[in-house]
Formats: sequence, structure tokens, C-alpha cells
Amino acid sequence: MTKLKMYLDIFITFFKIGLFTFGGGYAMIGVMQRDIVEKKKWIDEDTMLELITISEATPGPFAINGATYIGYHKAKFLGSLFATLGVVLPSFIVILMVSLFLQAFSDNTTLQNALAGIGAGVPVLIFHALFKLSKKVKINLINGLLLVIAFMVSFFTNFSVVLLLILTAVFALIYTAIERRMQA
Amino acid sequence: MIELLELFLIFFKIGLFTFGGGYAMIPLIRQEMVNGGYLTIDQVNQFIGIAESTPGPFAVNMATFAGYHTYGVWGSVFATLGVVLPSFIIILSIAYFSDKFIKTKPVQTILKFLKPVILGLILSAGLSVLLHSILGDYFVSVDFDYTALIIFVVVLGLSFYKKLTPIHLVLISAVLGMTLYLF
Repeated sequence: MTKLKMYLDIFITFFKIGLFTFGGGYAMIGVMQRDIVEKKKWIDEDTMLELITISEATPGPFAINGATYIGYHKAKFLGSLFATLGVVLPSFIVILMVSLFLQAFSDNTTLQNALAGIGAGVPVLIFHALFKLSKKVKINLINGLLLVIAFMVSFFTNFSVVLLLILTAVFALIYTAIERRMQA
Repeated sequence: MIELLELFLIFFKIGLFTFGGGYAMIPLIRQEMVNGGYLTIDQVNQFIGIAESTPGPFAVNMATFAGYHTYGVWGSVFATLGVVLPSFIIILSIAYFSDKFIKTKPVQTILKFLKPVILGLILSAGLSVLLHSILGDYFVSVDFDYTALIIFVVVLGLSFYKKLTPIHLVLISAVLGMTLYLF
């Protein structure tokens, strides 16, 4: 019974985090720090830092990485399952409701105009995110070249984004191998 | 059923290759969903705005949205499962085994090299989104939308006020759209 209660506690805690966190990513780190590390004390500061390091090195949203990692620390596999379900469900339900609403009023001109307005404003959000991300990248020749090449390939051709990322990884490995040999 | 599995695989791929936060998935979504004929560029733009102003992780919002739009409720279930599973599996393995692997030099170098590439990809996505909203299908024929340009410039100007969050900017864009497109 207490185990079931613990799973429920994990689920509800992450459900609340999913429901009340706007903006994902960094906002999520702040909320998890407050709710999980400070209030619930499910993980300590060091584990939280470890989680951030791991998240930066692995794909996918921080919210999912965080929920899975913390859930596992608290209650193994089922813990991670309930935590992840909890953090995903609010988004899922809210977006489903928004979709139903948009579908129901799809003939409404005001709504269509509002959506067109959002579409016109969204590039600003993308450039905004780009600006924030760019602060984490050092300015040097290789980074500049990689940026320009990635931009050109993506903007002017239909080359696979996935393949481009894989090629970058291969290039990184070759570069390190050559660098190591030069030092040796 | 085949369609749902396809959608699941597309979003699994997107989840697996999205490094560096929600916006890094936009180039992938555009390639997989727009070129795949599931969504139009305009729909993707509107989803981005809505995903940004609803709670929860951006990636999950986008997957649920795109999934619903393609195959209804089941579409959203499969797309969301697809985008979540890679993270879930990878983090679970790391928690179970060890995080030594990701701290190795090769992995760290790969990540270091991926960052500028992702910036380039997002820059390209942002620019084509902008051109598309102002010029329409500019590869086919230019259909100049002055209203979209005005909205972009106004919102860009407002975005320099640090107090305005992305949600505010989306709301302002919506209100501008509702009013300006009347004329």
C-alpha cells in the first residue's frame, strides 16, 4: 500500500510540474530544483547537477530526461514510468483540448486571423531561442564554418537533417583522432 | 495502423536526434512532416506559437499537436509516445548502468561539434519560416503579405523588452493578426 502511495506521489508531483511549467528547458530545471531537491528531497544537489550534465549530452526534452532520471532514483523502473507519464500527461491533455477547439472553430475568420498573426510572430521566437543558444557556443573558425555549412545545406538543399547530424559526429571523431596523433 | 506506426517512427527519430532543447526539433519537424506531406509550413508555424504558450515541454506539445492533426487522437498518442521513448530509454539505461560513457572525450567532442551545426539548422529554419510567412511559397511565386511583415517587425521590436515572455509575444501576435488582417 505504501508503495502504491509512493508511485501516486511521484505521478502527482510530476503532473503538477508538467501542468505549471511554461517554456520548458531552463524553466523546468528551476522548478525541479525547487520541488524535487528542496521540498521533496528525492535527490540531492549533486544528483541534480549530474542530471543537468546528462541531459545536455543526451537527446530529448529536459522534462522527460529529468522525470525519468529522478523517478528511477526514487523508485526504480516504475518510479521513472510514473514520473514520465506524470510530466507528459498535462501537455497531452491541454494540446488535445486546444486541437479540438481549433477544429471546432476552423471556419471562424477571427480565429484564422489570430493564427496567421501567430505564424507571422513565430520567427521572432525562433530567432530569440537562437540568440540564447548561441551564447553557449564559442566563436572560432571551426564553429563558424560548421554553422555556415549547416545553414547553407539546410536552407538551399533538402539534405537529411538526421544524416547531417550523423556526419557531424563522424567528423568530430575524425578530428579528435587527428588532433591526438598530432600531439603524440 | 501502418500510418500510426509510421507517425510513431517519425517522432521516434525526431526525439532521438533533438539535441539542445525544443527549438532544435524544428528543422527535423519541417523536414519530416512538411516534406512528408503531413503538415503545411503555416501549420507548423502556428503549432510552434501554440506549443510555446501552453504548459509542458515544447517537444511533447508539438508531437501531440502534429499527431492529432494527422490522425486524430490516436495520432497524438503515437506521436507523443514516439517523441518521449528515446529519452526515456536512454536516461533509464544511463541511470541503470552508468553515466561514464557520456563523459568520455569522443562523446564530449561530438557534442561540442553538434552545437554550431544545430545553430545553423535553427537559423535556416527561422529564416525560411520568416520568408514563407511574408512571401508565401517564394520558390513558386511571390505572394507578398504586408500584414505579416508588419506583425513580424512589431513583435521583433517588442521582443527587446526583457519583461515580455514568449507567451506575451504569441498573444500580441494573435491580437495583431485578429485586427490587422481585417483591413
